[in-house]
Formats: sequence, C-alpha cells, structure tokens
Amino acid sequence: MKARLLTALALTAVLVTSGCGSGSDDDGGSGTPAASGSAGGSKGKLTVLAAASLTESFDKIGTLFEQANPGVEVTFSYGGSSGLATQITSGAPADVFAAASPATMKTATDAGDASGTPATFVKNQLVIAVPKGNPKGITSLAAMAKPEFKVALCAEQVPCGAAAQKALTAASIKVTPVTQEQDVKAALSKVKLGEVDAALVYRTDAKAAAADVDGVEFPESAQAINDYPIVALKNAVNPSGASAFVTFVQTPQAQQVLTEAGFQQP
Amino acid sequence: MSLDAHLVVRRESFTLDATLTAGAGEVVALLGPNGAGKTTALRALAGLIGLDGGHISLDGHRVEKVPPEHRHIGVVFQDYLLFPHLSALDNVAFGPRCRGVAKTESRVRAADQLARVGLSEHVRKKPRQLSGGQAQRVALARALATDPQLLLLDEPLAALDARTRLDTRAHLRGHLAGHAGPTVLVTHDPLDAMMLADRLVIIEDGRVVQTGDAASVTSQPRTDYVARLVGLNLYRGQCVDTRAGIAGGFALTVRSPVTGDVFVAFPPSAVALYPERPEGSPRNTWPATVTAVARHGDALRVELAGPIAVAADITPAAAVQLALEPGSRVWASVKATEVSAYPAATNV
Amino acid sequence: MLPLAGLLVRAPWTTLPERLTEPGVLAALRLSLLTATLATGVCLVLGVPLAWLLGRTGFPGRRFVRALVTVPLVLPPVVGGVALLLVFGRRGLVGEWLDTTFGFTLPFTTTGVVVAEAFVAMPFLVISVEGALRAADARYEEAAATLGASRWTAFRRVTLPLIAPGVAAGAVLCWARALGEFGATITFAGNFPGRTQTMPLAVYLALEQDLDAAIVLSLVLVVVSVAILAALRDKWAGVT
Repeated sequence: MKARLLTALALTAVLVTSGCGSGSDDDGGSGTPAASGSAGGSKGKLTVLAAASLTESFDKIGTLFEQANPGVEVTFSYGGSSGLATQITSGAPADVFAAASPATMKTATDAGDASGTPATFVKNQLVIAVPKGNPKGITSLAAMAKPEFKVALCAEQVPCGAAAQKALTAASIKVTPVTQEQDVKAALSKVKLGEVDAALVYRTDAKAAAADVDGVEFPESAQAINDYPIVALKNAVNPSGASAFVTFVQTPQAQQVLTEAGFQQP
Repeated sequence: MSLDAHLVVRRESFTLDATLTAGAGEVVALLGPNGAGKTTALRALAGLIGLDGGHISLDGHRVEKVPPEHRHIGVVFQDYLLFPHLSALDNVAFGPRCRGVAKTESRVRAADQLARVGLSEHVRKKPRQLSGGQAQRVALARALATDPQLLLLDEPLAALDARTRLDTRAHLRGHLAGHAGPTVLVTHDPLDAMMLADRLVIIEDGRVVQTGDAASVTSQPRTDYVARLVGLNLYRGQCVDTRAGIAGGFALTVRSPVTGDVFVAFPPSAVALYPERPEGSPRNTWPATVTAVARHGDALRVELAGPIAVAADITPAAAVQLALEPGSRVWASVKATEVSAYPAATNV
Repeated sequence: MLPLAGLLVRAPWTTLPERLTEPGVLAALRLSLLTATLATGVCLVLGVPLAWLLGRTGFPGRRFVRALVTVPLVLPPVVGGVALLLVFGRRGLVGEWLDTTFGFTLPFTTTGVVVAEAFVAMPFLVISVEGALRAADARYEEAAATLGASRWTAFRRVTLPLIAPGVAAGAVLCWARALGEFGATITFAGNFPGRTQTMPLAVYLALEQDLDAAIVLSLVLVVVSVAILAALRDKWAGVT
C-alpha cells in the first residue's frame, strides 16, 4: 500500500510538472463511492472508469442501466486508458474499468486489480479523418503518404498511435507526420482546425465529429482493429453492481447504442 | 545669463503663482513653510512639471515648453538622487555623456569637477560608500559638470547632520559664488537662506509674500511666518505720526513717524515685565497674562496674552523674581525706540 | 518537496544509466533548454518595454492592457494553444497571411514551440518587471533628465540597472515556466521528437506506456533546471 501511495504521489508530480494538459476530462479522484446500502443486490453507487472514446455511448448506457436497475447510481470517470490504468494500480476507488486497448487493460490485470477475465465488448477501427468535403481528395492510406500533405498521427505510446503503426506497417506504407498527438481527440482537433490535411483516428471519433470532419474508410484498417475490454475490479465497493454493469454492456440494448456511435460488435 | 520666470501651477488643493527673477551670478533663496510650493516652483523651473500659465525665460529665451533634458539646468536634489549603481566619477560623467561628450573626455571632466569639490580620493566609490557630506558634494559636482545656465538646489543641506551641515554650507557657499549663471535655492531653513543667498524670496501658500536681502527681510518682516522665522513680534495696524493703533483701541508708540497702513515690529528681548504697573514710565505699558514659559537659548521665552499676543525674552533671574508661571498676571512694557513701523502697502 | 521525494523513491535506479543515454532523452532535453531560453529572450524583448509602458506611463486603457497581460495565467494552457492556432495556424488570422505571403507556417515547428512558451510565460516577466519598476524611485529618471538624458537613455542607463534584480527574477520565473510548458506547446506545436517534443511532452507520452521512463525524464528535467537555477542564483549573489 505504501508503494502505491508513493506511485500516486509520483504520478501527481508528473502530471503537475507536465502542465496536466490532456484534452480529455481527467479528474482522477472523482467518484469516491459512498458505499451506502450496497448489500442489497445491485443497489447503491457504482463508479466506472472508461476510455475517453466511450464518453457519449457510456453516458447513454448508464441511463439505460439505471432504468433497468432502480436504486443504482452510476458515476463515470472518463480519461485516457493508460492514465486510468495507472489510477487503478495506484489504488483509485472504482468498480469497473473499460479500456480502449488490451495493452492498457493488461496493466490493470497484471497488477492483480481485476476480478475475473476481461471481456471484449466492442471493436473500433481506424479511418482517415479529413476536413469536411475532403478538399484535398485523400481517399486511401497511400494518398496520405504523399509529401505535400500535412498529416497527424497519434503518438505510438497511445492506443490509436499503436493501431496506426500496425496498419501502416501491414500496408508497407511510410507516413511522416508533422506531429504525433497525445490522444485521438487532439489529432482530430488538428484536422478540425485545418492545421493538417488528414489524420488517422477511430471511426467513432470521426463519427462524433461528423459536423466538421469526414471519415474515409480504408481496407488496411482491418489489420489494426482495436478491442475494447471491460472488467469488474477486485477492490469494487459494489461488486454485484460491477458485474451487473459488465453484463449489461454486452446486452443487445447496450450494443445498439455502441453501434450507433460507430463501434463494431466483437 | 539671467532668469525671469512667472510660474503658475494649479493643483487640486493649491495654486502656485509666483514671479521669480535672478541675475547672472545671483543666488536667490526660495524660503517658506512646508507645503508653500517651493519644491513645486523648483520642479517647474527644471521642467519636471509643466506650467499651467506664465513663462520661464533664460537669457531671454523662452524655455517653458522645452523638455528638461534640453533645458541646460543643473539640479541638486534634496536627497541627491545619485545613481546607486554608478561610481562617483560615472555619476558626474553622466551629464557630459548625455550631452554628447566622448566617454574619455567626460571622465576627465568629471574627475576635474570632483577634484574641485575636494573628492579626488573618492572617485571610484559608489554612492552608498560616501558620507552625507561627500554625497552632497558629488551631487553638486554632477549638477555643475554640464555647465548649466541655471543651477537649482532643493534643500541642499536638509539631509545632513548639524556638524556636517556647517562645513558643507561654507563649502557650498564658495561654489555658488563661483557659478556664473543664476542660482535658485529652495529651503525652509532661514539660516541656510541667509548664509547662501544674495536675495530671499518668501513663499507662502503658493504666493510670494516678501522679497529682499537678508537685512531688509529680517528687520521688516511682512508676515507672521517671517516674523517667527526672524524672531520678532509683528502686528498690522494704522499709524498716525508715531502712534500706531493695532487692535481694539490698543496702540503703541513707535520709533519714527509714519502714516497709514503699517507693520509694527519689535524683538522679544525689548519687552520688559513688571509685577506692578511701572511708575514714571515708558508709554507702551499694558497688563498681560502669562500663557507659557520655555527655555530659549540663555533666556526664557515668555508667551503673554492680553490686548496683543506677545513673546518676551527675560533672564532666568528675573523670572524667579517675578515667580512666573502660566496664569501669572504681569505688566509688560516696551520702549518706543525699540518699536519699528513700516508701510504695509509696498508691493512685493 | 514531497512529490519530489516521491519521484526519487520510485525512480528505477538500476536501469537509470541505460535510460538516460537513450537518444530521445537528450534530444528532448536539448530542445527544452533551447526553446525555454529563446522564449525567455522573446519575453524580455517584448515584455520589458510593455512593463515600462504599464509601470511608467499613463496611457489610456492601461488597466485593460494589464488585465490582458495576465490572461495567459488564468487561461488553461491548452486553450492558449488553441487560441494561438486560431491566430497563427494555417487558417489563422495572421497565419494564413504568413503562409500565402511567405510560405511560412508556425505550427509543428520549433519556432512554434518558442511562441507557445513565450505566450504562456510572458505574464511572469511582465508582472515582475512592472513590480520592480513601481518599487524603483522614478525620481532617478527625473535626475537623469535634468542631466540631459533622453527617456530612452534614462531607461537604459539608469532605470534598467536599478530594476535589474527584478528583471532577472522575472526572467527566471519566465524560463522555469517555459521549461515546464506542456498544454499550449502540444496543442500549438504538436509533438514530434527532435523538433517539437520538449521534456514535458516526452514525460506525458512516456506516462502512457512506461511509468519508470516518465519518472526518469521528470527527474532529469527537475535536476537540470534546479542545477541551472542554483548556478544563476550564486552568480547574482556574487554580483549584488
């Protein structure tokens, strides 16, 4: 426990020195469960840490879940999957973790913080995000590689960057980006602002930004499909609620919400 | 070189409206109580504040619109304002440098100027390493190093202790005598003014109330402030021949006949006190009540109330004999030969 | 102090040598020091005259300008980065003109990093220098004027030396803030190793994958900046 505390302090220090400027809403310590009357079935408070790309879908699913389980109150904390994983291993109180990649989930399971085996509940794949109307006419991965285009990729350290590398490697295409963004939303906003001509982002993100951005599908994306795992956590304050939520996410009702957002079923 | 100025500066609570002239080589002291507008006048002459009216002529050239850096004036500020990061030499060389003199030449001039004020030993020192008297001399050397047409000094001795003040005053006097242009000196100390200046200009509440050399100002004060400064009892009155009516029917007989609106003055030492009405008798005798007794040099200064408020200086022995204390009733008397009367109507 | 202790305790001391010699670390460190120093230079050149205007002249709208100067302090740096993009970006108010006229764009360049850091760090310099100016006796400037000094000469030869400690303090704060800058930099200049990836960006990305690497990078940043600041402080202490 002492080591974890120190890790948490270290993490805080790093975030502070680095300006703590991730675009996503990353309020690490929120949603401390008040553990009130959690004995009765799935009642009480439930804290879910979820990847930022799930924000819109999980907000809807949360409402559906509360309707299906009266008396349960779900609180979501969205953020970068790696950051969330670090919070969990540092002892952040939470009941469920939904990650954007198996690698980040592995951080939590390796540390022994998961209860049971993670289940893949959706898949996401990459598209080429271009400004609305595709003014530069970029329709393929190969076109992106042309030197006259400015391209943004995610940094390899984050899931969307790893996926992009996988797809590019599989297609034997070399793209030199002008920037390696810290997350998919940042890459997308560079497209929105017109600073770059194209970026590789998840289909769900392109769909959420459909007002400003078109998503161009490309066949090589099949090589880099991203699995989203979900798991109940060992230190859950509300274990029954946690497993109920994990199950609920995989019901057709929840899957429909996710599909509408652009996710694919596993 | 000469100065001819009419300074009008308006402030919220106060207006300065003063005429000031000074001839070549003349030292004029602006003397007045705190808040009278002396420093305002000096700053206006230096160009650090603008005029709201009037003019400033130096040698016949109007300069009131000229910014300070082009006015060719030298200023010794009250706390000298020596640049703390520069040595004495560089402080003095600053002016010539700004006037376009080459660096080496400026330093030669500065060293020369410092030698003249007797500070050759201290050229490398920073201002904080100088004594008060030395700093004052550096400030003077700095002001003179630009060969100013007009030299201005703001309370040049006020920051010094009594002993240094004596030496520095004598030293300053020598240098002012050597300055070819006019000098205007601001002070609230009458002794400084009288020792250093050829002419005094007394300012009260933004107006010139009296001008003249030390002798005429001290012998014939025209305001309570000046009278207090020079230690005289002063009254305003109407005089017919040698009889001057002062207040409420009270009258004094004066030394020589004048007629009309007059000032009446006599020194406290001329006032004699008696326990009873003196017999035989000087004509100027009246009953009075002691309001205060205080030491004043070797004598005792007794403040008296009565038909007129009077200060009297008496010996300690006399005080013991009269058993003076606040509330004592005495008779005061002053000889007519000690009482001077002079017309009040003269324009200043 | 405590967070620093946390870093020290958790640091992977055994693998430290290999981690330190990774080429990316040095490149990021060099870029950070270079851009922070250049940004401080930009802040000095623009900030000192601005502070003088604010502290010594009574131009109309001074209060408003002073409030504007502090905006980067309250603005989240990421928003500052977006604001910079809206001005200097390819489609930005000024950026579009720069691009079409000179074929020159700021985002994703090292110059862009300097601009972002200068933007965020400027208030520290301006506020320090203005404070020093207000504390300095303006009558020294009057004394200089009576000696024939123009406003500029008086500022350069009298005021500037008088406020030097304030300017130095402001420059240090400015430099430190620029060195730690993250949000505006990653938003405006992006992240590309060797070109725009400064230490804080490298730390943030390392954190995504490898906590140990992030701690090592943070320690390097802390140690180098503390060493430089301490060295500068000794130097000034010797002078004044």
